[in-house]
Amino acid sequence: MSLALLIDFGSTYTKIVAVDLDREEIAGYAQSCTTVQTDIMVGLRSALSLLPPSLQNAPYACKLSSSSAAGGLGMVTIGLIPELSAEAARRSALGAGAKVIKVFSFKLTDREVREIEQINPDILLLAGGIDGGNSEVILANAAKLARSRLTCPVLVAGNKASGDDVVSLLRAAGKVPLVVDNVMPDVNVLNVEPARAMIRKVFIERIIAAKGLKKAEEFVEGILMPTPTAVLNAAQVLAAGTGSEKGLGDLVILDIGGATTDVHSVGWGNPVQAGVVRKGLPEPYAKRTVEGDLGIRYNAESILKLCGAAAIRENASLPHPDLDKKLECLSREVGFVPDNPEDHDLDFALASCAARAGMERHAGTIETLWGPHGQYFLQHGKDLTPVEHVIGTGGIFVHHPLADGILKKSLFNPGQPFSLRPKNPHLYTDAQYCLFAVGLLAERHPEIAFRIGKKYLKKWND
Amino acid sequence: MSKEKKTVVLGVLGVDAHVVGNKIMAHALEEAGFKVVNIGIFSSQEDFIRAAIESAAEAILVGSLCGHGEMECRNFRQNCIEAGIGDIQLVVGGNIVLGKLPWPDVEKAFLEMGFNRVYPPGVSPKQVIEGLKRDLEKCREPAAGCGP
Repeated sequence: MSLALLIDFGSTYTKIVAVDLDREEIAGYAQSCTTVQTDIMVGLRSALSLLPPSLQNAPYACKLSSSSAAGGLGMVTIGLIPELSAEAARRSALGAGAKVIKVFSFKLTDREVREIEQINPDILLLAGGIDGGNSEVILANAAKLARSRLTCPVLVAGNKASGDDVVSLLRAAGKVPLVVDNVMPDVNVLNVEPARAMIRKVFIERIIAAKGLKKAEEFVEGILMPTPTAVLNAAQVLAAGTGSEKGLGDLVILDIGGATTDVHSVGWGNPVQAGVVRKGLPEPYAKRTVEGDLGIRYNAESILKLCGAAAIRENASLPHPDLDKKLECLSREVGFVPDNPEDHDLDFALASCAARAGMERHAGTIETLWGPHGQYFLQHGKDLTPVEHVIGTGGIFVHHPLADGILKKSLFNPGQPFSLRPKNPHLYTDAQYCLFAVGLLAERHPEIAFRIGKKYLKKWND
Repeated sequence: MSKEKKTVVLGVLGVDAHVVGNKIMAHALEEAGFKVVNIGIFSSQEDFIRAAIESAAEAILVGSLCGHGEMECRNFRQNCIEAGIGDIQLVVGGNIVLGKLPWPDVEKAFLEMGFNRVYPPGVSPKQVIEGLKRDLEKCREPAAGCGP
């Protein structure tokens, strides 16, 4: 029996999945609290001890892991125009699984540089100017950063004509500049892959050690990527399939957690209706957005602020008279697990609000304009209406008996016809909590990863 | 791509779907050795200005075919000044007004708005390119600006 061990050092839990590569099935699953403050291995060993005895000391053909422990991969991105290079830089970082703490544009002020020093990101992404275009702003920003107290690696992904000068400025000041191709080589041309690849390389080579996770690397073969990248990887392998098997095609993964809601979509999202013109910066084929204000524990109160009590109640079946108090409790007791119908119902309502708002922000929109020749439709972002598969992942989708109901709330609503959310997809949940493992396994065994992913998704409708 | 190539931003302003002239103009400008940032149809003034800043363009070529040019082009120069590219060469052409106004009056109105060159319907790409080349050479002379 050939086995693979897939580990995720999450912000709260260390999860492990043991996969039987010959039978192509999950042999064991366990989780324990992440112990990054003391020794990351304590939590891992504790999780391992919860596996069936035969798996605890078994010889594993590969041990791969992802991590979002110790705050995940915190990034700050800088560009020139907010809607152009700054947005391209932000999308690169998100696609690389980073937590984008703040985005800056135009010339940085001293105050902004102080702010970045305070944020103290793991990686800084510096963009600005198309190739051969504006170099004044990126040079000015490099000079400011050179004088700052920042020590993190600076990924330079702007106008290639100014790349060498930017590197010289930073290197002369003892910083660590790394150059990659421009994230926006031409106006409205997105080139996120080189920056994504470099972010991942830096994550593996530098960030793991800086976060006290090096010890874990002695046990596993490597911490290969931030957790969100593993999920995005799983999305891509499920969509694309393998050489011999057809994939699912365009899909969306909705990941609702205690602090954030991540949405991953795979597909170009081109207009499907005649007469619609696409405008703005193109979207990445594999796109990730993170909603830092939508989480059903840490951000339970922020869901209330954002969606309102009426929307929460509308999604609930019970009255919840003490809604405010209850949500305040949830945002403090972030490890709370519901054990009665009322609490389950409230979780359902919160997750429904997060699902809807998260999908709404991720999906494209239609803008209507009237001109001398009648009405015109402009599409901004991806048209997800024809997407055939929507997958839910995160604790709520494992444990809630009405998990498909949450996914339904994220779909197209005829009352908002200009929000291009999926119309009539198949609904699935990651009932075994194995999507991250699928994404990790795909690095070594994409075919097996694809089949396991498909096999363990729980389908809710035909 | 060398910086010696002059960069221009090209597009069709406002609620205007006329794409054919835009494609022809883009092709002609590229043939003439320009780096063309073509932002296409349905572009707002902000789209033109943002693209010009990112690309460090030397000129903005505004196409307006639906006859609403006078309204759509209002404050274009002021908005460029506000965005820090007040010296950029501004060119407009197409069917920029409706009705049968005498051309000198139309041209005057757009020059007063801060456009450097105003072209009537039926002008050839060659004429526009020759004018552009001359104007940009002039702009490069010491102490010269392209602003209004």
